[in-house]
Amino acid sequence: METTNKPSFWQRIFGGGKTRAATESGVATEPGATTEPGSIANRGDAPKPLPGTLLTLDLPPNDPLVAYFSNQPGVVELDKLNLDSPALRELNAQGVKLVIPLVNQGELLGLMNLGNRLSDQDYSSDDRGLLNNLATQTAPAIRVAQLVRQQQLETQARERLEQELRIARLVQQTLLPQELPALEGWHIAAHYRPARSVGGDFYDFLQYDDGRLGLVIGDVTDKGVPAALVMASTRATLRGVAIDYAAAQNRTESVVDPGQVLARANDLICPDIPPKMFITCFYALLDPKTGCLQYANAGHDVPYVKRGDTFIELRARGMPLGLLPGMPYEVQEIQLEPGDSILFYSDGLVEAHNPQREMFGFPRLSEYVASHAGGAALIQSVLEDLEVFTGPNWEQEDDVTLMTLERATRDERRTTNGDATAGEWKILAEVETPSAEGNEREVMKRVAEAVQEVLPAARIEQLKTAVAEATMNAMEHGNKNNPDIPVHVEVKTSPKLLSVHITDEGGSVPIPDNPAPDLDAKLDGMQSPRGWGLFLIKQFVDEMNIITDEKHHTVELIWHLEDNENA
Amino acid sequence: MATLEATVRHQNNAAVIDLKGDIDGAGEDALQKAYTEAMMQKPSAVLLNFRDVGYINSKGIALIVMLLAQARKSGTRLLTTGLSPHYVEIFNITRLSDFMKFYPDEQAALEGVM
Repeated sequence: METTNKPSFWQRIFGGGKTRAATESGVATEPGATTEPGSIANRGDAPKPLPGTLLTLDLPPNDPLVAYFSNQPGVVELDKLNLDSPALRELNAQGVKLVIPLVNQGELLGLMNLGNRLSDQDYSSDDRGLLNNLATQTAPAIRVAQLVRQQQLETQARERLEQELRIARLVQQTLLPQELPALEGWHIAAHYRPARSVGGDFYDFLQYDDGRLGLVIGDVTDKGVPAALVMASTRATLRGVAIDYAAAQNRTESVVDPGQVLARANDLICPDIPPKMFITCFYALLDPKTGCLQYANAGHDVPYVKRGDTFIELRARGMPLGLLPGMPYEVQEIQLEPGDSILFYSDGLVEAHNPQREMFGFPRLSEYVASHAGGAALIQSVLEDLEVFTGPNWEQEDDVTLMTLERATRDERRTTNGDATAGEWKILAEVETPSAEGNEREVMKRVAEAVQEVLPAARIEQLKTAVAEATMNAMEHGNKNNPDIPVHVEVKTSPKLLSVHITDEGGSVPIPDNPAPDLDAKLDGMQSPRGWGLFLIKQFVDEMNIITDEKHHTVELIWHLEDNENA
Repeated sequence: MATLEATVRHQNNAAVIDLKGDIDGAGEDALQKAYTEAMMQKPSAVLLNFRDVGYINSKGIALIVMLLAQARKSGTRLLTTGLSPHYVEIFNITRLSDFMKFYPDEQAALEGVM
């Protein structure tokens, strides 16, 4: 189209640069939206105009007529115009005598064009007055109609987008593991928080018959449905490759080899992946018996191993999947010691921005890993740190995925969940209660009864407070006090430990951890008088762990029984 | 579930609030109403009698913190009696006990109040 590069209204409304204008003594409404209003026919006899037809007119925005009409309130007699304008020539050729520009807030919306009067007399000043009035009322009406239409289109587009996002989220969440693998002596925790626009994060676990476990974390470039679909096919490809290899090669070392899994998957993905998309992916293979972890990396953010107060980076060379076929993937190996904990994560974490547009970044994360407890607690505390960093009004730009693999220390279990030694655990009670204020009392009572024989009386009082507070948190923060969503409580004991699991359906949203309650600040009105719940729980248990998955949030309270004289 | 009942008695220069039931979020109105009533006669101390209280949760602690803040503003002493050992422990770890003295019984508490 022969318009200038001014994208404004003209391109939006006059798509092809053609202006539709009702010619011939009729109303020449030009923007497409307003072709309907019939006409005010003033039939002149010259070029036999039909009343109220639409005139198609080329009116590119750089035509001097546009500027003239835009600044011209009221009736324009074309005879008196002296402009070098193709559009003007066209109008004259069509027999147009008078033009009344329809201008709203400086924007030319259309032209009302009239030919000669039927009587061949000149237009009177009354006629002009009438036309002017008409134009003043028509222009805003046209504008309003345009805006309404525009809004309808935008709403439709938004709804389409929302629908797409729902699908993407569904694809993604359906394919993420519903359960975490249970391995004796190991603890695995994962957390996935989709961005509104749904990135392409995924993680997966592949269980081999010989007891080894493959751990996958990956991220597809792009967002929404395309990312979700590529994520789905990548996940399937990896599963197929890894398991096939294991089966076909009788599970010998060399072929479950993470480097070969990635190389083979890359070759399969390359021909089909849409242009400009690729996948970063970290594949690790754990032998739980020995603690040996082999790994290969297709361009994914490097996981950190927390060892004591230091961290180790799991580096291995390799290109992202889907860029070029035939790529090699370096394989590395690390021996995980009891107490070691690996954090796998996606770039949604390190690339999160704070209000000052600074990135969360690798240094902050690696230092955080080194200086905080590992395992599920690390996921929880990293998320809390992320919240502190981004501030409360954070618009999450990308998916955030966190996964931890922790080797239990020899004589201490961090969480009793999924522990393969659960055989020695005895369930004392299971209680379920609707989430409604006050129901924590029933839970407290039932749990206290169940542990009569296990804890001394003074500790039972402490347990009652801890259980009641954790149940209140679960009902209020996890289940939003929705009585249709129950809080589930499980009480179990082993020779050494008493464990109470309190589970809500708040997913991995952390319980708000208020600043340590400071009574002086509270009395001075500097801190809310509330915020004692978590503080009391921590006072009265020996350990507290958080276990989350996509749907559930479990607080595990542990008491050490060997501390009790009469246990 | 035992909704909190709070009744006020005036003893010399002090007011006694007898608490019965559970102190939790639902007890706010009862507790605040009793405290306001107790303060009408401008006592120099208000004794909270917890003897018939079975359960105090974190929201109940928050209510007591709010009473304590009001009492400090008006220069009124808050005293307590009848707390079970567990809640004495909670008052200790929350440091409420720094501002509210425990007494073994009502008589001992009111002896010092003139």
